[in-house]
Amino acid sequence: MANPIEEVLGTAASIAKGMGVTLREMLSPTVTENYPDEPPKFEERFRGVHVLQRDENGMEKCVACFLCAAACPANCIYIEAAENTELVRISGGERYAKVYNIDYNRCIFCGYCVEACPTDAITHGHGFEVASYNTATLIKRKEDMLAPIPPGAHAPVIVPQQPAGH
Amino acid sequence: MPELPGVFTEETVTPSGGRRMTLNMGPQHPSTHGVLRLLLELDGETVVRAEPDIGYLHTGIEKEFEVKTYQQAVTLTDRIDYLAPLSNNLCYCLAAEKLLGLEIPPMAQWMRVMLTELTRLNSHLVWLGTHAIDIGAMSVFLYCFREREDILRIFEAFSGQRMMTSYFRIGGLALEPPRGWQARVKKFIDAFPANVDEYEDLLTNNRIWMGRTKGVGKISIEDMLDLGVTGPMIRAAGIPWDARKDEPYSSYDQFQFNVPTRLENDVYARYLVRVEEMRESAKIVKQALDGMPSGAWQADAPHVVLPQREKMKTQMEALIYHFKIVTEGFRVPAGEVYQVIESPRGELGYYMVSDGTSKPYRVHVHGPSFGNLQAVPEMVEGRLLADTIASIGSMDFVLGDTDR
Repeated sequence: MANPIEEVLGTAASIAKGMGVTLREMLSPTVTENYPDEPPKFEERFRGVHVLQRDENGMEKCVACFLCAAACPANCIYIEAAENTELVRISGGERYAKVYNIDYNRCIFCGYCVEACPTDAITHGHGFEVASYNTATLIKRKEDMLAPIPPGAHAPVIVPQQPAGH
Repeated sequence: MPELPGVFTEETVTPSGGRRMTLNMGPQHPSTHGVLRLLLELDGETVVRAEPDIGYLHTGIEKEFEVKTYQQAVTLTDRIDYLAPLSNNLCYCLAAEKLLGLEIPPMAQWMRVMLTELTRLNSHLVWLGTHAIDIGAMSVFLYCFREREDILRIFEAFSGQRMMTSYFRIGGLALEPPRGWQARVKKFIDAFPANVDEYEDLLTNNRIWMGRTKGVGKISIEDMLDLGVTGPMIRAAGIPWDARKDEPYSSYDQFQFNVPTRLENDVYARYLVRVEEMRESAKIVKQALDGMPSGAWQADAPHVVLPQREKMKTQMEALIYHFKIVTEGFRVPAGEVYQVIESPRGELGYYMVSDGTSKPYRVHVHGPSFGNLQAVPEMVEGRLLADTIASIGSMDFVLGDTDR
């Protein structure tokens, strides 16, 4: 590129070409998502905050088998199991999770717990706004994650015990 | 007295009579792409000495492999090179599958090829955008990230996560490909070559771009080979080494593609090589899309792969296998194996030692970024400070891959 005229013309041509791209893009529709003014779009499989599912009777699906806790690479699931009794019936199986905590400080949203669950009790929802200034709020309890009782279903059966003497 | 990093004990008066200045570039400098710290000793604007100081992103991932079962450790591989998670997934899985002697069905192999090539596009787009913005071309960054968003959406549709996919598992894929994936990938890949043209319109003949990149960042081929530089860096120096061609894995030998090379060995040549690679990757994705075999997406290995959910819920034996694999993992025969793949950055290797238990005895990762980063002093010493930015940008390193 020894010729100065060629140099100038080449420079002008490349600038014109680049500006052409910019102009074309200016007129094309935008692709920006207006989060948080508009809700973000998710794919069907998006792995967000967990949801603990209930069956059609409103019973919890979790039977406290601990498979999710075993599968978790981050060790973020803590479960305490208890037996269903005739008076207190929480899940469809023999046992239920009395305590079911997920520590979102540690959770990496890998989906291994969902894969491991034999009763489809734990699933990934599309929730993602879990950020917090206080890490203590990131430990979610069972009640925070449980799906609502389906309409028309009976809530978990808890028969109040009669006080003694009556 | 041992030499401390940051303290140069040499004569500090320069031949020109001035004093040398030590400049601390990073670890929070935006154009060091992560937490690289460069110690530069300057004489005026000339870099006299450069010393990369790595380790700010040391995560201990290699050690952590030893306490996870083989399948759990797939999630760690995502986090090593976070711009090319699927390449790391693939290399780890191939190494473990080699030890296990697993036969992966053709559909899973082709799907792996397709998704790793999309990963290459994803990584190169980030590289091109950030490299251009370092040198001062802002709009390329925006356009690159627009296309990258499409790729991340495809990853989300497949795996459920945009970046930390963990989609390749030992024995095949994690999930069945989602409904309508063909249409989505086709839509993206049909439009992609026109987008690459757009980037090239903005950069390839741009005088400022050429002035900033041509003849910059040169290093001799001997030094490159001695330091372990791989990938687009050595392909821009004329060495056509590409593991996809030279050590084919995951049925790459069934695809037709070229390995682009250049001879100039400067920042501009590396740019051209990567842009050409994006076109070649698009071709591979297209071939994979057109010729995708049908059939199983997981290996027929009941002791390794989790049973299908239908079977697990209806058959007792499948349920027992499910519990056993999830709680204990699977035992991998004792031995050691080294697997190489071509990641977007260069030669990525996983060296895996098994002692016959369900957890790896040792996993060592040969990250391409580490080798590429070794070329920093050779490349920038004796050149202007501004060329340092262009040179380190052209290496395309990821600090997670360097430190592990």
